[in-house]
Order: sequence, then structure tokens, then C-alpha cells
Amino acid sequence: MKKKNPSMNSSASDHHHYKKHAPTSTRYLRVLGYPYVIWMVIFIIVPLLLVLIYSFTKGDIHNLFSLEFSADGYLRVLEPMYLKVIMNSFWLALISTFFCLILGYPVAMIIANTNPKYRSILLTFLLVPMWMNFLLRTYAWMSILSPNGILNRFLEWIGLPRLEIMPGQTAVLLGMIYNFLPFMILPIYTVLSKIDKNLLEASSDLGGNKFVTFIKVIFPLSIPGVVSGITMVFMPAVSTFVISGLLGGDKTPLIGDLIEQQFMTNRNWHFGSSLSIILMVMILISMAIMSRIERNNDREEGRTS
Amino acid sequence: MGKVLIELKQLTKIYNGVKAVDSINLTIKENEFVTLLGPSGCGKTTTLRMIGGFEEPDEGEILFEGQLLNPVPPYKRNINTVFQRYALFPHMNVFENIAFGLKIKKMPSDVIASSVSRMLKLVDLEGFEKRNVDSLSGGQQQRVAIARALVNQPKVLLLDEPLGALDLKLRKEMQIELLDMQRRVGITFIYVTHDQEEALTMSDTIVVMNKGVIQQIGTPQDIYNEPINRFVADFIGESNIIEAIMREDYKVEIDGVVLDCTDKGFAKDEPVDVVIRPEDIRIVTNPEEGMLQGTVTSVVFKGVHYEMLIESDRREFLVHRTMMFPVGSRVGMNVQPFDIQVMKRGNISEEEESEHE
Repeated sequence: MKKKNPSMNSSASDHHHYKKHAPTSTRYLRVLGYPYVIWMVIFIIVPLLLVLIYSFTKGDIHNLFSLEFSADGYLRVLEPMYLKVIMNSFWLALISTFFCLILGYPVAMIIANTNPKYRSILLTFLLVPMWMNFLLRTYAWMSILSPNGILNRFLEWIGLPRLEIMPGQTAVLLGMIYNFLPFMILPIYTVLSKIDKNLLEASSDLGGNKFVTFIKVIFPLSIPGVVSGITMVFMPAVSTFVISGLLGGDKTPLIGDLIEQQFMTNRNWHFGSSLSIILMVMILISMAIMSRIERNNDREEGRTS
Repeated sequence: MGKVLIELKQLTKIYNGVKAVDSINLTIKENEFVTLLGPSGCGKTTTLRMIGGFEEPDEGEILFEGQLLNPVPPYKRNINTVFQRYALFPHMNVFENIAFGLKIKKMPSDVIASSVSRMLKLVDLEGFEKRNVDSLSGGQQQRVAIARALVNQPKVLLLDEPLGALDLKLRKEMQIELLDMQRRVGITFIYVTHDQEEALTMSDTIVVMNKGVIQQIGTPQDIYNEPINRFVADFIGESNIIEAIMREDYKVEIDGVVLDCTDKGFAKDEPVDVVIRPEDIRIVTNPEEGMLQGTVTSVVFKGVHYEMLIESDRREFLVHRTMMFPVGSRVGMNVQPFDIQVMKRGNISEEEESEHE
């Protein structure tokens, strides 16, 4: 039981705890939840419903009662130009998730294997950039990658040809990987640091060298962390518009940029809403796939109980 | 017993400047059941981990069949370990756990299947192949851990307090089973425990350790009947440890009374420690018939025997007898010469220290 995924375990026991005492104490404590419920209804549920309504209608957006049913928004998405944008968004999100995984996993392993005394220092190094505003960090990348930026001046200085990566997909990818990498590292680190060291010794004892131990013991046990890392990187990556807007220019619009454009520039809220709903559905599908993978992994581990 | 399998020579391990294991020498033979016994922090687990390859010795050598074992990584040693908390792989079922070592060796799958089922039979877990290890009881997990180690047919099995997490009844059962298994598979067991009873029950040889130093190596009978110093006498079983003076060969003086004993070779009038086991003191109702006299101050019924404290003018004796003598009665005590174990007086300050711990 001890070896279960710790987060799952604690939430399960909290839930149990909550249930046990529900009849007496929660009657009053429940009141404390009301502000959040109200907040959610006003700022999440109502806007979502509005988006859903706009996505299926046409007409004056300021007069809800004048709207007529229309699937135009969704049909427009099928135009090759927009399909290409959507495909491109998913493709870039997949690539950046992949790079975050192969860059982040070793980092997570290094931190997890560090003496606990120095672990927090490494974690701080990892998190310090996140204390700064996301936009600011992306601007910093602009000044590095722009045609006359730091990178190119440096290349010139050492006598190498200039790189024209911004604006462009490479710059967007770099920005995404940079911004989302911590979200991959942290969940993997958490899971890795909880793996019982005895298991690694047991593997070594039974003839497994470091590589075999990694493939057969460490990696399978870290899959829950990998799954949540992938989820936490993929979701913001697929819907981002700031990074692509700043680093990608007009060359590589992503679905996030398209939505922003429809709402802010083109004032076509119906089409924008359709795009948003499609994006949401796609994210939900990817999440469902990920949780299916995790559950399958659990079943293999025989932890269906 | 067979030929020498493992030799430890001047083996030392230092943690933060403290010698956890202090230049120990030990020879382990084939098919021997050796137990490293001692209180927590005595270096027994560290010694075991050095043999397994999980700790690197700071000094000294480990020889395995005459070959230096120090530079060999754990995964290349022909030694397997049963870990304290079993360390079963939670993402594998019972079959996969046991098959782990064989799969790494790339054995054909039919060989693996038959070896695993043979092991499950040995540890009495037939039909548990598909079970999830988390669903097993402590005793069952223990057996899986043993099967997982034994299936690799190691020359040596290391066991680190393997029964520590089990309740008393199960522990006793598993002691017998482990012993039985060891006889059947015929491999060397190196067993670590702090439980002296467990050590006495199972071992061919007991190695008593304290503060990183081997105190005594011997058969259970040797260790129990002829402890070499105060620490061993105190740690193994209950005992009366009495300061005495060796008047001459075969004569020891306790509290002004000279008793016959079977020990010799001490200097004349040398101060010594004497061990008398509680069950070796016989009580007579007539105080005059005893070598020593005293008054019964406490009686506790222990099932098999009564545990009595008998106070003489100078000290208190712990006595185990099947017959009860009421509190307050004045009695005599007799001890046979061969039940008196005379030990050299060690470093006194260290003894006091260990007594006060």
C-alpha cells in the first residue's frame, strides 16, 4: 500500500476522512465553499455557456435573443487554411511536449538523485525564472533570437553565419519548451524522489545494471509523473497564443492566435467561439487518452483496487 | 562443514568519521548458516551490505572463493539479498517479481516458468503467480522476496532482518521454514538480526557484534554457555553478571565465597566477571545447604517457569525455577562448577557505558 502513487493515496484518504465526519462538521464548513461556487458560476460556467451559444449561432453578439442557430462557425473550421492551423498547433505542441520530456526527465532524475540538502537549491534554480512574468520571459527570448539579437551578434562576433529563426516555428518551439519545461520536470521529479531506493538495490542485486534498472524499474514506476507532466505541458502548449504571437510573427499562426484574432481583430465571436469549443474538445480528448494510458499502466501494475 | 566461501579481512567502513565496521575478520564456509547478531548500530547491516556490494568498504578485503570481491558491482556478484522491507517491485505481479533475475539473464521463457513455479512450491505459494504484491500479507511478501532471491541459485543468500516486520507467531513459523529451506537448497545463508533468540534457533555460527567490532564467533551453544565477555553475556539471554576474583585455577571467589569452577589460566587474584544463567541457579529451602544465601523479593510467573529475584547481602540474583518460593522466604542457592562462566574483565569504562545505554 505504501508504494502507491502518493498523491492518489493522500487524496483518497482525505476523501475518506471527509466522509467520516461529514454529518457533523461539514454542514457549517460547507458555507465556506459558497463564494467559490458563486465565483465559478459567474466567471467560468456562464462564460463557457456563452461561448457554446455563440459557437452555434450567428447574428448580433450583444443581443442574445436575436441570435439564430447556425453551424457556419464549425463549417468554416473545415476550410483547409484553418485545418492547417489546427494541425500545426497540435504538431508544435506535440514536438514541444516531446522535447520537454526528453530534456526534463534527465533533469528530474538528477534532482531526485541529489543529496536532499542541495535538492531545494536545484529546485529553486528551476523555479526562479517562473517568478518572472511569462510575457517578460518571452520578450527576453525575442531580444535573444531577433535578427539583430544577442544570438546573432554573438554568432557574428565569433565569425559564424547569422541564424534567421525569428520570426518562425523554431523560435516558437524554443519559447514553448523554455516556458513549459518546469511543468514537465516537477511532476516527474516528485514521483522519482518517492521511489524506494531499496527497489533499485533489489534490481541491482538480481543482476540488473543501471540501464536495466532504469528500463525495468525506474521508468515504469515514474509513468504517473510522466503522464501528468505531458498533460501539463501539452495543454498550455496547444492553446498558447502569446509565444507564437511574439516569436512566430505572422508566419505560423496557431489556433490560439486564430482565436485571439477572431475576438480582438476580426470581431467574429461566433467563429472564435467555434474554434474555442473545438480546441476544448480536442484537449479533453487528449486528456482522456492520457488518463487511459495511466489507468492501463496502473492495471499492469495490478493496482486497479 | 565444506570449504571456505567468503573471507572478510580487516573490513572497515567509516561513516562521517565514525567506524561503523572496524577491521573485522570473518570466514564463512559453504552451506553454513551464519548470523550477524547485535544491537542496532553495531555494524551488522553495514557488513552485510558490503558483502552484497551496496556499500564500498573503506579498508579491507572481501574474498569470494578466493577472488577479490571489492571491485565487483552487485549485479555481477553471485549473491542475492532478501531486503529488510522485502523491496518487491510494486509494478509487477508475483510471477514477474520472481522472474526478474532470470529475465535479465535472458533465460528461455519455458525455463523461467518452470523455475518460478518450482520456487513458488518451495515457499508454499503455489497459484499466487498473477497476484499483485500489494495484496499479499507480510509473511507472503516475505516468501516472494525469498523466492525472488533463491530462483537465481546464488551461492550465498543475504538476509537483512527478514522477519523483523512479522508478528511473533509468524516469525517463529518462518524461522523453522527458513531453516528448512536452507537445508533443502543447500546454500550459504548470512543472516542479520538483533533478536538473540532467532540467532540461537537458526544459526550454525553466530557472530556477535557491538560498535563495529566482532565480540565473539561461535556456535549458539558456545555463545550462550561460554560468553567471552560481559557484552555477549548480557546480550544473549538473561544472565547474572557478577564481579568476582579468580583466586587460583578452578577456584573463583564471589562475594567472599569461594566456588569451584571449570576455568583456568587466569592470574592469581585476577579480577574477573562471572556469568551465571538464571536457570542454572538451584534453590534449596534450607539456607545453610546453599553456597550463597538470600531472600526472595519478587516472584513472576512466566508460563514455563517462575522468575524470581533473590537478594543476598551484596547483590540481587535472577533465578528461573519451575518451583515457586514465596516472597520473603530465606533460601540457599547452589551453582554447579560447569555452570559458572568466568570471563576476562574488559575495558571497564566501556562496559559501564554499554550498561547505561
